[in-house]
Amino acid sequence: MYPANFDYQKAASVDDAIKAMSDNPELKIIAGGHSLLPAMKLRLAQPPALLDIFNLEELKGIKEDGDFYVVGAMVTHADVMRSKIPLFPEVAGWVGDPMVRNRGTIGGSLAHADPSADYPAAALATGAEFVIRGMGGERTVGADEMFLGMFESAVEAGELLTHIRIPKGISSSVYEKYRHPASHYAIVGVAMARHADGQIRAAYTGAAEKAARLPKLEERLNAGQDAGTGLVEGADMLGDRFASAEFRAHLVDVLSDRAAKRLG
Amino acid sequence: MNVTVNVNGKPYTRDVEPRTLLVHFLREDLLLTGTHVGCDTSQCGACTVHIGGEAVKSCTVLAVQADGLDVKTIEGMGTPGDLHPLQTGFWEKHGLQCGYCTPGMIMASAELLKHNANPSEEEIRYHLEGNYCRCTGYHNIVKAVQHAAEIMAQGEQAGQAADD
Amino acid sequence: MTSNSGESRTDKYFGQALKRKEDPRFITGAGNYTDDIVLPGMLHAAMVRSPYPHAKINGINKDSVLGMPGVEAVLTGQDIVDAGIGSIPVGWLLPELKTPAHPAIALTEANHVGDIVAVIVAETRALAEDAAAMLEVDYEPLPSVAFAGAAIAEGAPVVHDDVPGNVAFNWEIGDATAVQEQFNVAHKTVKLKLKNQRLIPNAIEPRASLAQFTPASGEYLLYTTSQNPHIHRLILAAFVMNIPEHKLRVISPDVGGGFGSKIFQYQEEVIMLLAARLMGRPVKWTARRSEAFVSDMQGRDHETETEMAVDKDGKMLAFRVNTLANLGAYQTLFAPAVPTYLYGTLCNGVYKLPAVHVKVQGVMTNTVPVDAYRGAGRPEATYAVERTVDAMAHAIGEDPAEFRRKNFIQPEDFPYQTPVALVYDSGNYEPALDMALNMMKYQELRAEQERMKGSNKILGVSVISYVEACGLAPSALVGQLGAQAGQWESSLVRVYPTGKVELFTGSHSHGQGHETAFPQIAADELQIPIEDIDLVHGDTGRMPYGWGTYGSRSAAVGGSALKVALQKITAKARKIAAHLLEASEEDVEHEGGVFRIKGAPDKSKTFFDVALMAHLAHSLPDGMEPGLEATAFYDPKNFVYPFGTHIAVVEIDTDTGKVDLRNYGCVDDCGPLINPLIVEGQVHGGIAQGAGQALWEEGAYDEEGNLLAASYMEYTMPRSDDLPMFQIDHTVTPSPHNPLGVKGIGESGTIAGSSAVANAVLDALWVECGIEHMDMPYTAEKVWKAIRASRAGMGQAADD
Repeated sequence: MYPANFDYQKAASVDDAIKAMSDNPELKIIAGGHSLLPAMKLRLAQPPALLDIFNLEELKGIKEDGDFYVVGAMVTHADVMRSKIPLFPEVAGWVGDPMVRNRGTIGGSLAHADPSADYPAAALATGAEFVIRGMGGERTVGADEMFLGMFESAVEAGELLTHIRIPKGISSSVYEKYRHPASHYAIVGVAMARHADGQIRAAYTGAAEKAARLPKLEERLNAGQDAGTGLVEGADMLGDRFASAEFRAHLVDVLSDRAAKRLG
Repeated sequence: MNVTVNVNGKPYTRDVEPRTLLVHFLREDLLLTGTHVGCDTSQCGACTVHIGGEAVKSCTVLAVQADGLDVKTIEGMGTPGDLHPLQTGFWEKHGLQCGYCTPGMIMASAELLKHNANPSEEEIRYHLEGNYCRCTGYHNIVKAVQHAAEIMAQGEQAGQAADD
Repeated sequence: MTSNSGESRTDKYFGQALKRKEDPRFITGAGNYTDDIVLPGMLHAAMVRSPYPHAKINGINKDSVLGMPGVEAVLTGQDIVDAGIGSIPVGWLLPELKTPAHPAIALTEANHVGDIVAVIVAETRALAEDAAAMLEVDYEPLPSVAFAGAAIAEGAPVVHDDVPGNVAFNWEIGDATAVQEQFNVAHKTVKLKLKNQRLIPNAIEPRASLAQFTPASGEYLLYTTSQNPHIHRLILAAFVMNIPEHKLRVISPDVGGGFGSKIFQYQEEVIMLLAARLMGRPVKWTARRSEAFVSDMQGRDHETETEMAVDKDGKMLAFRVNTLANLGAYQTLFAPAVPTYLYGTLCNGVYKLPAVHVKVQGVMTNTVPVDAYRGAGRPEATYAVERTVDAMAHAIGEDPAEFRRKNFIQPEDFPYQTPVALVYDSGNYEPALDMALNMMKYQELRAEQERMKGSNKILGVSVISYVEACGLAPSALVGQLGAQAGQWESSLVRVYPTGKVELFTGSHSHGQGHETAFPQIAADELQIPIEDIDLVHGDTGRMPYGWGTYGSRSAAVGGSALKVALQKITAKARKIAAHLLEASEEDVEHEGGVFRIKGAPDKSKTFFDVALMAHLAHSLPDGMEPGLEATAFYDPKNFVYPFGTHIAVVEIDTDTGKVDLRNYGCVDDCGPLINPLIVEGQVHGGIAQGAGQALWEEGAYDEEGNLLAASYMEYTMPRSDDLPMFQIDHTVTPSPHNPLGVKGIGESGTIAGSSAVANAVLDALWVECGIEHMDMPYTAEKVWKAIRASRAGMGQAADD
């Protein structure tokens, strides 16, 4: 319950944070802390130094920029819930619990790339873009390139995820989730969005090592067909004592069907 | 590190290790032991307090992160002679047995009532999913929150309700 | 209501749903729990626990941490030996019971994950945890075993060398031959294989202990999270620490839930006392939740076979039970009693069964020890009986409610001697059944179930009827059965000169509302305002001797002790009043809060007048001692036997297998209700834990004894959005043998709840798929697979 000791500093700015990370590769970023601090309390993580970016104004707020909403990485889940951006508010309502949502941040969650987190499915379904800054400057990564593996995102060492750009023009969206009964993380979550061009994008989270699109489902729905079954391969899924790979694959089918029916 | 935290309207300055969790700061440095610890995985909600009016798990915030902020704990909600409507609700409706989860329940419920003056049973249950109670089966906790909402609606204790 | 308490009550407080007197401190954050207490100069301890289910301890390098900041000491098993500290004893012995030694700190061998191998004492908790993480322990992992069935197999790893074959005891009750004779003539028999899974109690307050030693007087003070501080003192003083009993004061302040898990003598309490003595400073330890998972005594864990026989009219003939009870790595206070006398004797249920036989084997494994957890043996018994009764109802095509009804023990049969030792002293089972059926609109539920058949939402409905034995316990009887303690209860009533009253009880409240219910009893007997009465409990330095709270005993045994003590007070008060009124005692009545002469209502004395004179002693009857104080030691004549019917309604999503508990209703009979608000709260919480077992909770281990469900990330406890509102009603059949007529209610919800919810799930699966049995908890995948297999025409997936 008592983390191992560490040095702590608050970042003055994003650039300051990036410089500090470059000076000290062992520096660990803390945002809302709702993934990092639980691990530190159990001493599963023992970073020697923390850099706190939670209060950086430049990472707060939701703005509009042309065809995009631009969401600061330090916007909390609670603020996402109350916002008018597509899909994410419904998804945020499934994250943790109210206290977690008041403190946990959208950027922290997405950069952490927990395979059972909810947002990655929403990012993939909306086609969100990720603005990432490092010593070499700023780059933008598409959702399809963001989630690389278990706890592995496109945000590299020394970089910060600063903003998430979410396209406007999504006419409808839904999220269906099957929760882990104890932790309430996603055993499977399926997100779906109908875009400005009428096309549906869909993605799942929780079931495998990383969140991913559901191409077979998109194809069927965009062809006016039902969701059907066999959307993912059981062999690609994770399995544990709460849900085998086979069950997870089945849940992807069930939740996809429900999502498609709700999407209309 | 030196931190100054405004707790229940009073500033407290203490020298803390960076690793000090807010809950330990409250309990061990300020001896405000109404805030409890029930788990070490940020799930049980017994440690719920308000920072800047928002309910948070004080076991998952560092004391240094609360530097300069307003924290409200159960001790700041009301006194036996001047109870907050939620405290009255939990008392009247037998919303507690051992009392250990109760401060967290009250602090979490207070935030709900701030945003939703007349929550349904379902909304209450949804909002309290991050607070474990092992004694009550939640039945009377739901009734307690509903009762508090009624009291607040009647404005019987409007003075206390307004400042939360 | 089948009857009332029998006496014509003029009660003002008894029976009222008063809000609790203790609540103001809890709702304002002013509760005083063990971890809240700070003593000057206090040190902090952190436990170093075995990460292995079974390991030889080859060495501990104290020097690896002794130089670390703030570290004052490292204690190991050798320190326990050097201090002459004994093994933690078992409190209930069975014939030929094998009880392996249970040292406070493991000396040569750790026997479960979480077993304590060393203790760090440091200036702060954080520094103690820093050192605990760094201490070098040389472990040599040994073969290990987690499950009872595996542990008794040929060639299984041996947990303790002095328990060969891992069998701690063999126990049976009932007449095996008589059962076999009934089976020989049976019209129909059914057989089930059941697993009653391991549960983890999870009181929300983690255990904590704080000890202080005063060398000049040789006195120890121990604050600890205990349901029964006198038992702790007795064990620690007499059996473990060799401290004169009067030199050890045990205080159990506010305790954040127990559910059985805070009954037992734990290792940490011994260690804190020793550490306080060695360090010359107070030492505190508070469990982290992840420690609680591997060190709080756990519950249940039975592997059972049941068989039932009926005649051609569907009348029960016999019931046979064969159980393997997993005891874990050590036996603690009640461990041998739980799967035997608290289980086997309840395997008769509420039925007229000519023959019952129960055989239990207690098995040691490399898991956290198992002892009493809410219900303690009786939920397991109810599950064994009620699961089998449903299976039989299905087998003979009868409605589960009607099959039960026709086999009930009838009101005229009481007192009823069961074939498994107990004498049920009272009961009336059918009214509770009928009230529950009406309350829940049982027939409409069956019609709804029929309509939902074949869709992707199916309905399951259960009707279970239970009886339990609680109010532990008649001392002579439990003594014959192996208890190493009495189980009477005491009460002291102390009236002050101002007429204010303190009650002292050996029972302990950790959520049960004693501070309200006990004064309710007293206020009526003394006819004074309840505001003038407070209850004191949880401190061996203040209370008379008592045995604490477990087995739903506080009202029936502690409350009865209080009633007897109160009667002594009013008897003396009446004498004093008569003296003051210059009347004979027989002419004085005690009514409306005053003592007065019958027929002369203007001449009266208040309770205050009497209390004052008792203390002034200026004018007392000849030979009367001054003061107004009485103590009673009450030993019950029998257990009490609460009963009732519970109905659960579940909805199953056949696409995902997810089970939702949609409705839950029950009619319980705990005798007269002292405080209905408190009674209903107890029922709610009990149901939640019962439903928890049926649907979610599982202290899952791998086969070597690694706990897989070791945090709230993996152990599923019911949350607010998992449960419905409960519908509750009561019948009132007083216990014939105690002065209040009350029975217990603290465990009923759990005793009935797991069976009710389990049977509802299996009712849905039986009606929909013909599935006879699956084991709890009914997690989604398990249910989905069973439905899928059945719908695919693959028949039963019973063993999945």
